[in-house]
Amino acid sequence: MVSTDFSYRLWRHDGTPGELIPLLQSAQEHFGYIPRRAIRYISEVTKTPESKIYGVITFYSQFRLQPMGKNVIRLCTGTACHVANSGMLLDTLQDELGVEVGGTTEDGVFTLFSVACIGCCSLAPVMMVNDDTQGKLTPAATRKIVRKIRRQTLASERQAQATSDAETAPAAD
Amino acid sequence: MRKILVGMSTCGMSAGAKDTYARLESLLPADSPHELTITGCIGMCFREPLVEIREGSTRTIYGDVDPARAEEIFEKHIQGGQEIPEYIIYKIEDDQPTGGQELNFLAGQQRIVLRNCGLINPESIDDYEARGGYQATRKAIAEMEPTQIIEEMKTSGLRGRGGAGFPTGLKWSFAAGYDGEAKYVVCNADEGDPGAFMDRSVLEGDPHAVLEGMIICARAIGGTHGYIYCRAEYPLAIHRLELAIEAARERGYLGPDIMGSGFSFDISIKQGAGAFVCGEETALFASIEGERGMPRIRPPFPAESGVFGQPTNNNNVETYANVPWIINNGGQAYRAFGTEKSPGTKVFALAGKIAKGGLAEVPMGMTIEEILFGIGGGIKDGREFKAVQMGGPSGGCIPAALKQTPVDFENIPKTGAIMGSGGMVVMDDTTCMVDMARFFLTFTQDESCGKCTFCRIGTLRMLEILERITRGEGQPGDVEALTELGGRIKEASLCGLGQTAPNPVLSTIRYYMDEFKAHIEDHSCPAGNCPALVDFVIDPEKCNGCSACAKNCPVEAISGTLKHPFVIDTEACVQCGKCITSCSFDAIFKTGKKVAAR
Ligand SMILES: Cc1cc2nc3c(=O)[nH]c(=O)nc-3n(C[C@H](O)[C@H](O)[C@H](O)COP(=O)(O)O)c2cc1C
Ligand code: FES
Repeated sequence: MVSTDFSYRLWRHDGTPGELIPLLQSAQEHFGYIPRRAIRYISEVTKTPESKIYGVITFYSQFRLQPMGKNVIRLCTGTACHVANSGMLLDTLQDELGVEVGGTTEDGVFTLFSVACIGCCSLAPVMMVNDDTQGKLTPAATRKIVRKIRRQTLASERQAQATSDAETAPAAD
Repeated sequence: MRKILVGMSTCGMSAGAKDTYARLESLLPADSPHELTITGCIGMCFREPLVEIREGSTRTIYGDVDPARAEEIFEKHIQGGQEIPEYIIYKIEDDQPTGGQELNFLAGQQRIVLRNCGLINPESIDDYEARGGYQATRKAIAEMEPTQIIEEMKTSGLRGRGGAGFPTGLKWSFAAGYDGEAKYVVCNADEGDPGAFMDRSVLEGDPHAVLEGMIICARAIGGTHGYIYCRAEYPLAIHRLELAIEAARERGYLGPDIMGSGFSFDISIKQGAGAFVCGEETALFASIEGERGMPRIRPPFPAESGVFGQPTNNNNVETYANVPWIINNGGQAYRAFGTEKSPGTKVFALAGKIAKGGLAEVPMGMTIEEILFGIGGGIKDGREFKAVQMGGPSGGCIPAALKQTPVDFENIPKTGAIMGSGGMVVMDDTTCMVDMARFFLTFTQDESCGKCTFCRIGTLRMLEILERITRGEGQPGDVEALTELGGRIKEASLCGLGQTAPNPVLSTIRYYMDEFKAHIEDHSCPAGNCPALVDFVIDPEKCNGCSACAKNCPVEAISGTLKHPFVIDTEACVQCGKCITSCSFDAIFKTGKKVAAR
């Protein structure tokens, strides 16, 4: 099994060439994005200049230098989805979320990405919200899904907040 | 005992197969004589989720199985032994298709690459071996000399399925001819063409077949290590490959001293990081090495200097998946399918405006019409067939008039498209061809690695022109400029990305000049697609008068009374599209100007 644990991978690194991208992938898996300090660690261990690591990071669309929202929306803009009017869905999502592609909403609930084909072309137009694929979308259906997830996320945040408040509050009586 | 198989690949799961599986699992008592398991994609994505009941040599496949339907099937068929004919989409007895609503979809196919997809549990090496798996590996290692393997591949005439169609046997013989400290066997699973998903389906449905193809290749060329470069967008494929590699190691098909032969070979997975150009093999090698995925100049060719400067052989997923079948059945048997110059079968991904979207494997040389209408069931919603796009961002649109073209490596390029990976995206009369050209250029423009000036800047200039045209700001001379730029980019680019990037534009200019003219001269979009050139209309049947569109309209072009259908003043409308995206009832649509004037 490929270990994704970042510190383990760093520790185990023995100079095998070609490890830079897997290391970056595990850093991103670990932190949710690639923070400055991860670049520094990787640079020290692999003896690769930070500038070069930065060059690799910015070449690949998978890598992100900013933290992401709690839910990641990946709208497919592949050929089959484009033919099925995914452009309208992109407008809808940008309007509903108030962010451009690659952006994160102010409340940190959503990050919006576009991808080219997730291999479910027969259900076009398609988007992935986290690990769930939703197919045969329309602008109205898309808004409904997004609003529902926002409600759920905010509700569970409030609940988590309440629980942690209750836990940290001194036992009064 | 009945065996119940639920199709669990990405397509099945996004249609809800997980819920179906969970329902069946909860219904099945712990001491049930029946067995519940998973399988890959059989290709009928349009009827997912699929559930098969297998009893002896009879296989009954049900379509559109949501949890409620699963319950019904459980009660009547699994427990009661009573089939439910209304839900049966396909029935096979003794390997012969005998009935079901979708008989035509599978009966017209010839499945070599997909031989196990939808039949076995891809996470079980036992299932694979029960279907004759790893026999080819045994044969290649114990009974054949490396040169014999290469000869057999040459006899088969198999041509690379990654797009270029280079003869596989010949490629292997080149790699066999070079020596190095190491020699790599690479599998290209980057599947970058948006609209193609056969590699994903093979990796998810029959991963061992790909491993076997790589092991046999390594044996033939003297390979020491294998890499599978798989795109990160395919987590399930990566997961199943990991399981398969682990299982193959345990059985001694991978690792040191395979089957006591002294031949050692192992495979590792490299996950892509989201760059289309990494599908190009020299860029892919750079990416394996941990560099920016930029293509390199050839020569030296990969056979001499590939990954880490060592001799390397790279093939596509589907190419490798053919290999075990060829070794087991012989190159001549493979040649019996397909055409003289394009032997064998090819998997096509049918998507877009097609009635039955999914995967179809057919002998090479079938016509476009036979594939789209015979197997794919024609155009969705009974609309008019306009074109089919083949070859993705490197290919082109083939117009309906050429539907008799045989699909093979000789005839498709004559139309201006290419075989590519086998994605077929179907377009109907509502698809604007100028917009399609713009779409593909947006893609290649974005994915150009930036190394070659013409590819980097030339595509941007072409894109700017196309964007202007779709906004209704086209000028005389635009088409000529596009043609000239396209020619220059093709000549002056290093890799296939730039060399083919203008193809989608040039092929649409070739067949759809009238649409370009309509956009440029008449400022109209005949297909009713390009927002700036169409009218926005509210469907009074669907509108419930909530006024959301009117509130969102920046120019107050929408009016009406609450709870009654609203109307758009097309004269005042600036075609921003805000009304469509703000409507909760999907009541607003675009229409070609001429239609609205009637
Ligand atoms: C821009 C570009 C993208 C490519 N993408 C893929 C791909 O996703 N999958 C693939 O197998 N081949 C792809 N190729 C073709 C590969 O460079 C290579 O020819 C192929 O993997 C060889 O395998 P084959 O001989 O089995 O076809 C691409 C080529 C170019 C120029
Ligand atoms: S094009 Fe959107 S899933 Fe393939």
